[in-house]
Amino acid sequence: MINPQMVMYEEEFNQIQAVVDRLVRDANAKVVFIVDKNGQLIAASGDIDNVDTTSLASLTAGNIAATGGMAKLLKENEFATQFHEGEKANIHIQLVGNRVILVVIFDSRSSLGLVRLRVKKASEELNHIFESLLKKVQEPGADSPFAEITDEDIDNLFND
Amino acid sequence: MSFINYMAREINCKLVYYGPGLCGKTTNLQYIYERTNPEAKGKMISLATETERTLFFDFLPLSLGEIRGFKTRFHLYTVPGQVFYDASRKLILKGVDGVIFVADSQIERTEANLESIENLRTNLAEQGYSLDKLPFVVQYNKRDLPNVASMEELREMLNPTNVPDFEAVARTGVGVFDTLKAVAKLVLTELKKGG
Repeated sequence: MINPQMVMYEEEFNQIQAVVDRLVRDANAKVVFIVDKNGQLIAASGDIDNVDTTSLASLTAGNIAATGGMAKLLKENEFATQFHEGEKANIHIQLVGNRVILVVIFDSRSSLGLVRLRVKKASEELNHIFESLLKKVQEPGADSPFAEITDEDIDNLFND
Repeated sequence: MSFINYMAREINCKLVYYGPGLCGKTTNLQYIYERTNPEAKGKMISLATETERTLFFDFLPLSLGEIRGFKTRFHLYTVPGQVFYDASRKLILKGVDGVIFVADSQIERTEANLESIENLRTNLAEQGYSLDKLPFVVQYNKRDLPNVASMEELREMLNPTNVPDFEAVARTGVGVFDTLKAVAKLVLTELKKGG
């Protein structure tokens, strides 16, 4: 196995979703989402029908990667927090446990102070959840559901 | 690093198009974008300079259909080909599941091809990957131009390990989907092995 896999199970997903849902309310946010450092969207909540979360996820990860690259050049470990202020929308980006990225989009109904405060608490909770998820994934016997796929299954995917 | 989501029953994989400047990486993505059904693709994002040279990356999310009840999603990325954007290239390779090397077949780009594939090896190694173990395919692009190197020469230089390789004209789409399918297949086969 070359790459350690990121795996998401129902139990942890529900816990994560609960944290994200609550954060939308507590921070008066428009949208909250969680992305892994490779740009894969993990969970989202709020007014997500009006934003392209897939694109945002990939750009957020690119942003964090670029900022991480700058940090390295300055011999910093990471810049864990970023804030972008727009005319109407603002984005707060927080690296959680150096593993996933918590993004909060908010407008004038909220404030940076409130968002910061709520993000801090949510980050701690998320960190715990992802730690236990990581342990679960590393346990032996957690078989890949793909062990049973056949070459035929793969070929069928391309018969169009 | 593929991402298996049991809750959403999805499998997400990251593919990276690598190669020297102006070899046609972005053109590959543009062709795929144009020829894919709207429901199977997301928005294509290009972080480019004013002269349309890739500055950071292009991004295209694609759905390929279901396999054993799991939706397969591929995230396609390109790197900036110009030599001085090396720091950005390294970032984009993070968590990669499969690599497509797009070579520029023109004779005068021989050195640029070699330099780029060497750079790919180095940047992968820095992150603990080996090009020999990763799902990897080669595309010889711009085969329609008059001044191209022969396939034998290109193969010898760029594909000594004999991975799947394809002749292409990305501008008109020749070989574009063959290349994509080949690397997607290799990535899924790797998953099957328990990767």
